[in-house]
Amino acid sequence: MGYPHPKHPKETPVVSAHFGEAEARTYDGWVKRGGYAALEKALGMPREQVIEEVKASGLRGRGGAGFPAGVKWSFMPKQKTKPHYLCCNADESEPGTFKDREIMRWTPHQLIEGCAIAAYAIQAEQTFIYIRGEFTEPIAVMQQALEEAYAKGVLGANAMGKGVRIDVMIHRGAGAYICGEETALMNSIEGKRGNPRIRPPFPAAVGVFGQPTTINNVETLSSVPHIINRGSAWYKGLCLSNPKSTGTKLFSICGTVAKPGNYEVTMGFPLKDLLYDVAGGLPPGRKLKAVIPGGSSVPILTAAEAEDTLLDYEGCVAKGTMLGSGGMIVLDDSVDMVYQVMRLAKFYAHESCAQCTQCREGTAWTVKILQRMLGGQGKAADLDLLLDLSEQMTGRTICVLSDSCAAPVVSAIRKFRPEFEKYIGNGRAAARA
Amino acid sequence: MSGGTGAPQPAGTGARGHGGTEATELPRVFEGEGRKKLDALLAKYPAKAGALLPALWMVQEAHGWISPAGMAEVAEALSLTPAYVKGVVTFYTMYHQHPVGKYFVQVCTTTPCNVCGAEGVVEAFLKATGARAAGETSPDGKWTIVEVECLGACGFATPVMINDEFVESVTAASVPALVARYR
Repeated sequence: MGYPHPKHPKETPVVSAHFGEAEARTYDGWVKRGGYAALEKALGMPREQVIEEVKASGLRGRGGAGFPAGVKWSFMPKQKTKPHYLCCNADESEPGTFKDREIMRWTPHQLIEGCAIAAYAIQAEQTFIYIRGEFTEPIAVMQQALEEAYAKGVLGANAMGKGVRIDVMIHRGAGAYICGEETALMNSIEGKRGNPRIRPPFPAAVGVFGQPTTINNVETLSSVPHIINRGSAWYKGLCLSNPKSTGTKLFSICGTVAKPGNYEVTMGFPLKDLLYDVAGGLPPGRKLKAVIPGGSSVPILTAAEAEDTLLDYEGCVAKGTMLGSGGMIVLDDSVDMVYQVMRLAKFYAHESCAQCTQCREGTAWTVKILQRMLGGQGKAADLDLLLDLSEQMTGRTICVLSDSCAAPVVSAIRKFRPEFEKYIGNGRAAARA
Repeated sequence: MSGGTGAPQPAGTGARGHGGTEATELPRVFEGEGRKKLDALLAKYPAKAGALLPALWMVQEAHGWISPAGMAEVAEALSLTPAYVKGVVTFYTMYHQHPVGKYFVQVCTTTPCNVCGAEGVVEAFLKATGARAAGETSPDGKWTIVEVECLGACGFATPVMINDEFVESVTAASVPALVARYR
């Protein structure tokens, strides 16, 4: 347990290169490691060229959706007629994911530098780093780094002495998973309940405070300085499988695994090698049952499927799942799939903003049916009922929280049906015997 | 939010929350230094309501919870209605709508931590503090134990928050020593 671990030879540390080095948290320590050279370089480039460079690198959103970052930036109006804003999504609350927390704790200036480059590229008046309320330590570290960045002239009216105004501030969340959804996050910054908005309009047209807005994940923005420093060709070259997935990715490995933690590997890296070589495999005497590869919202993989998966956007889709946030939940042969699927459904039921009926009712009923089953009161028709309910919860709501509850439920029933059937007419003790 | 594990019950009768000041004696927050801090916040947001979440945090830091009077003061300061402010307060699980124990303990029990023994950690906290059930406050009024959903530190199962302190890798066995540290 614990972090930081020594780097594994199979890792490709880019974003995580300085995790564990306390000195890297300070301005001087960051500059000593080559920090803020990318910002200085970017501020000397035309904005369009910065966007083109990020586009050419192939960098895709690391928060889960995988949308090309440079393309997203290019959606912002070229002619600025009203204020533009940048939001950095540091709400990290997808179960299984804990990478952005490490980026902020160890390398706050890396994120500030990424934010500043993006803010320049899209002409943002203000950058809001939305950090979930529970992250007290990352908030304190980021706050201190921001104060230092202002004091050293990195940020402010004359950023890096280049005559450009760049402002970055922290907005602390207050406990709501849904605020990691981009439009809910914007509502939360505006002082509203964190309800997702109907799109269109998309954030690049009408975002936070009704103005053109770009929103990127912490890991995405933290990758930008490296792309500016070393060039898009270098980044694009970091690819082991599909050329549409480039660069490195931080994987958060947790659950029943020998060495949980964050590991950074090149896109296309085999899941099998990451699990067994880099993360030490399963605890002694245990066997792999299943893996949820991209945070809890994606379909579950059986052990055989997982061991055959290449970790990039396309590799995961090929196995019927998604790369998501890279939060990998490992489940060994002792895990009660029915109980853990109920726990996941309970998470979504708790976190539903309750705007859409399919989600509010669907997540709650999924939990009730699974709990009934766990209590030995399940009926033979319950599995089909759950599948039908999940179908009604997919693709019909304002955001994808409802779909996210359905994905693990449907995949678990399809792939581990006998475990569910054992519960029908049986209490937990009999079902687990 | 549809309630559930994240919503603590009010500290019960005979077990008043010591973390929160009684409603009758709540000092105003946005005066003196508090007013200056709020004004600095207002300058950063393009609309007044943007400062709502941080203003609510200020109230909770000052009082230990957010009382109806606290909501009214925030509403007045930001030109909002108390009903609007309440609507926002009730959305976010971290804002306490009732006084809580001096030590507010949040234990993550979502799947990644759950498979690593998180429910045993909750049990151990209940046993060590005397609180009867998750969501309740101990008879001495000091401890409120709640189960919460994902705290975003799944690789450090089980993460626990005790007030603002984030403790990693807590096990059922390590709970008694952790509780003793706060006593």
